[in-house]
Amino acid sequence: MDAKLPDVTDFARTYLGVEPKKEPVPIQPTAHYAMGGLPTDPRWALIADANGTVIPGLYAAGESACVSVHGANRLGTNSLVDLIVFGRRGGRSMLEFVHKASLPDMPENPDLFAREQIAEVLARPKGENPADIRSRLQEVMMDKVSVVRNADGMSEALAEVKDLREAYARASVQDKGEVFNTDLTEALELGYMIDLAEAIVVGALAREESRGAHYRTDFEKRDDANWLAHSVITRRGDELELTKKPVTITTFEPKERVY
Amino acid sequence: MEVTLRIKRYNPEIDDKPVFREYTVEAEKTDRVLDALNKVKWHEDGTLTYRRSCAHGICGSDAMRINGRNRLACKVLMGEVGDRVTIEPLLGFSVIKDLVVDMDSFFAGYKSIKPYLITHDEDPAAERRQSPEDRDRFEDTTKCILCASCTTSCPITWTNKEFVGPAAIVNAHRFIFDSRDQGGRERLRILNQRSGVWRCRTVFNCTDACPRDIEVTKAIEEVKRALLTETY
Repeated sequence: MDAKLPDVTDFARTYLGVEPKKEPVPIQPTAHYAMGGLPTDPRWALIADANGTVIPGLYAAGESACVSVHGANRLGTNSLVDLIVFGRRGGRSMLEFVHKASLPDMPENPDLFAREQIAEVLARPKGENPADIRSRLQEVMMDKVSVVRNADGMSEALAEVKDLREAYARASVQDKGEVFNTDLTEALELGYMIDLAEAIVVGALAREESRGAHYRTDFEKRDDANWLAHSVITRRGDELELTKKPVTITTFEPKERVY
Repeated sequence: MEVTLRIKRYNPEIDDKPVFREYTVEAEKTDRVLDALNKVKWHEDGTLTYRRSCAHGICGSDAMRINGRNRLACKVLMGEVGDRVTIEPLLGFSVIKDLVVDMDSFFAGYKSIKPYLITHDEDPAAERRQSPEDRDRFEDTTKCILCASCTTSCPITWTNKEFVGPAAIVNAHRFIFDSRDQGGRERLRILNQRSGVWRCRTVFNCTDACPRDIEVTKAIEEVKRALLTETY
């Protein structure tokens, strides 16, 4: 057991005080991998839309990327594919790109967007605590948008995420310094987490079927006629637009999991 | 239980030198020290600065001195450390802010031993296979998470800035004794220099400090022996 599952046995002993060779190990579901992400082609180049238009020179790697090899459910240890196959391919394609690409013309102040974003957060008067907003986001996503979902719960979640976005606009940080400011980086990351949470809820609400890790109590069957498709979310102003990108089926047909 | 964290704080934009500040938080015995730090940061003092990521002993970000010993804050429970806990940054590296130290020299040492597979033969068509016995020769050193607990517990690294340190040697060991790798000679040449394994005085602090229970001193001794006997 120690040889085959060294980390799991260590976790049980360290955090639970449970000897896994003698006692049952308590388990619970958790989100341990982000399926979906920035859409890329098989060479990790970012694609902009459902037609597969490549954005030249922009790449996404690992868990933030979505090459879409896992279908609707990434099974245990399969994220190694990101590392071993696509890490290698992505690295090679980036190398190829930088060798042939010339430097593009820079805009007037390329750093202005990021600087203004940071300055704006730092300048806010004392307001909401980002940690409280993050806790509320975590709770609602775990309670209403976990593996088992339905329209009622997710509609509540969507309303809560929109509330949290408003609260986030008033969130302030205590650390105003310029050296290793993790108070600031955590607050900035929270903004992106809210963006992602909204995209996840909008995609899951629209998908009125069950597939892989997405299980709807109000739509329990898989619906290939309407949903054999990738969901692509694009922000248009304050709204999120959902389009479908067709799935290319090669060797393996989607099948019901009957075990 | 109510716990008092005594944390060594240093903000280079404000402080001339580090000062201890105390924070009192509610914690369960089963909470990690990291949970208590997060409570302080998220609800009391957002300026408190430390590295953390996975929070369960895999990523190696939150190594720090807890009650005088190098530990991962996410792998020590409050019940083990008592209700008055002293937390300081790792020794031997310069402090960037609070519990965050400058790891550049640590990773420079790691890179210097070429921590990747080196082969001279043509790539095989399939996997490079290995027997379980051959794999066992370096199983222990694959467990390293580069947290720097060993290197910053080593009294040699506190005074000798050239020494590559235990973590770099552990990672060299991981490849030197790998039957699929052909870079052993190169790595041994690097570790035979003044900055290499001969600086080790077998103090065993590294082995005590490792949160992954790697037998660090043993790995260093195996590298020394490989150099002496020219067999590995």
